[in-house]
Amino acid sequence: MSTTSITGHPSRVSRSAEPGARRAAGRPRGAWSRRAPLLPALVFMIVVTQLPFVGTLVISFMRWNALDPGDRGFGGLSNYTAAFEDPALRSSIETTVLLTAAVVLVSLLLGLVLALLLDRRFRGRGIVRTMLITPFLVVPAASALLWKHAIYNASYGLLNGTLTWLWSLFGGAHPPQPDWLSSTPLLAVEASLIWQWTPFMMLILLAGLQSRPIDVVEAARVDGASTWQVFRYLTFPHLRRYLELAALLGSIYVVQNFDAVFTLTSGGLGTANLPYTVYQTFYQGHDYGQASAEGVLVVICTILLATFALRTVSSLFREES
Amino acid sequence: MMAAAVTASRPVGRTTRVSGRRNATLLGLLAWLFGVLFFLPFAWMVLTSLHSESAAATNPPSIGAGLTLQGYREFFGAGTGVSPWPPLINSLTASVASTLLVLLLSIPAAYALSIRPVRKWTDVMFFFLSTKMLPAVAGLLPIYLIAQNAGMLDDIWLLVILYTSMNLPIAVWMMRSFLAEVPKELLEAASIDGAGLATILVRIVAPVAMPGIAATALISFIFSWNELLFARVLTGVVAGTAPVFLTGFVTSQGLFLAKVCAAAVCISVPVLVAGFAAQDKLVQGLSLGAVK
Repeated sequence: MSTTSITGHPSRVSRSAEPGARRAAGRPRGAWSRRAPLLPALVFMIVVTQLPFVGTLVISFMRWNALDPGDRGFGGLSNYTAAFEDPALRSSIETTVLLTAAVVLVSLLLGLVLALLLDRRFRGRGIVRTMLITPFLVVPAASALLWKHAIYNASYGLLNGTLTWLWSLFGGAHPPQPDWLSSTPLLAVEASLIWQWTPFMMLILLAGLQSRPIDVVEAARVDGASTWQVFRYLTFPHLRRYLELAALLGSIYVVQNFDAVFTLTSGGLGTANLPYTVYQTFYQGHDYGQASAEGVLVVICTILLATFALRTVSSLFREES
Repeated sequence: MMAAAVTASRPVGRTTRVSGRRNATLLGLLAWLFGVLFFLPFAWMVLTSLHSESAAATNPPSIGAGLTLQGYREFFGAGTGVSPWPPLINSLTASVASTLLVLLLSIPAAYALSIRPVRKWTDVMFFFLSTKMLPAVAGLLPIYLIAQNAGMLDDIWLLVILYTSMNLPIAVWMMRSFLAEVPKELLEAASIDGAGLATILVRIVAPVAMPGIAATALISFIFSWNELLFARVLTGVVAGTAPVFLTGFVTSQGLFLAKVCAAAVCISVPVLVAGFAAQDKLVQGLSLGAVK
């Protein structure tokens, strides 16, 4: 909803903001002393992130396979046409969208429920919060290994072990023992990522809840507002920008997920997302041109997400100025 | 009984108060249920790591049988001759060095974006955030080629540079909101007294913004320690980090469940300790300092 209220590019917001900054622009020396502390970070980011991308863009138009060094040269759009004709790439775009949407939405919703629960006083709240944060802190490569071997494994994983145990309680001799990673590969990857990212969402939303002005809520309660009305008309509007922030940061990280796909399924059975596909083309296929073209496509996809997300986030600034 | 007596004197009816209390207990229990559910996989990892290999791989799972520290002994190189210390030290070097660099670059930048803001500071903020949206894989190949030509492949300092660029945008965002909290009067008084930028940063801004600096450092450390893609592609024998070591631990030695779990626990410990110790800062940091 907030995007509709923001009509233009972020720069329009800034032009109307900060009258003090405009005054300073009249004095060139003052402007430079203002800029000086910013420059190291800015130059560093441009050199380390933007220049390599320009390199990727250039290589994406070249014929360049490391296994065939003699045939290096300008290839025009051949890498892009090859990429588009590759069914594997098309399916990995689909996978990326499905994976990101499912993980972000489910963990945002779960995170909201958990944040609301944790915002109340109850015995052992600190312990519960510590337990809930744990998945976010476990090294992603380690949690991917944990899910693959200790939980999903068909012959001795926790899931099937629990099924065996439950069946034995009721005297059943043949418990179902599905091979989770091969029967529901994408769902298995999503479940492990939802486990990992829900605490992240919860932490952001909890911060939002705890910054809520409590006197307004109490006033509403005195006036006889129900719990649902307080949530719908007070908590939710206050929480909206935190929800947007959580969704934005979550999508940025989940779109780029590599660890879970790499470890759990090695991109097999339709779980290869874009970052994994690029990695494979580059690292295993040694086709530098093709990998670069795929990299550029990843960027184009993310720009679509980014334009939406940046406009959303600019509401944070509008509120401030 | 006492609760009922207290509520009876209030205008709210006794029954609604009591049912409200019951609801609160139920919601507390629900929170506990979720807490245990989310903690369970990690607890399972720790439990499995304490089993002997044969007891770890049973169905149904064994809980108390065959407990041993063998997995941990083997992780630390007993009987395998593979020491985990070089990758752990590499991870520590890369994470600490890049975190320091992130602070060094982000604090002055945040100063220029909040305390004495440059023109179009919002545009600069969006530029920083947009670099996070440039997926890591999009620059991987040129970085690989440049590193290859510069002889920096398998060099931990290459990772330090890349991790800095990975965490700097978020750090700038976080630091900016923390610095915006520094009272303007303090800064004006200092500059009237003739303090330079460095003095103002060290003497006035840093103490006030310390909790924010700690939160920024913590998050930068966590993301660096956890990174796998760059480390896997750009390092090898010498500069491999802990996550790379962990993934290699499985493939090179076949699957030993208890030992892999022990390794996973050991490698997660630094981040777990840091995260548990600074939960509140983590909350504040992850909301990019947006909490007032």
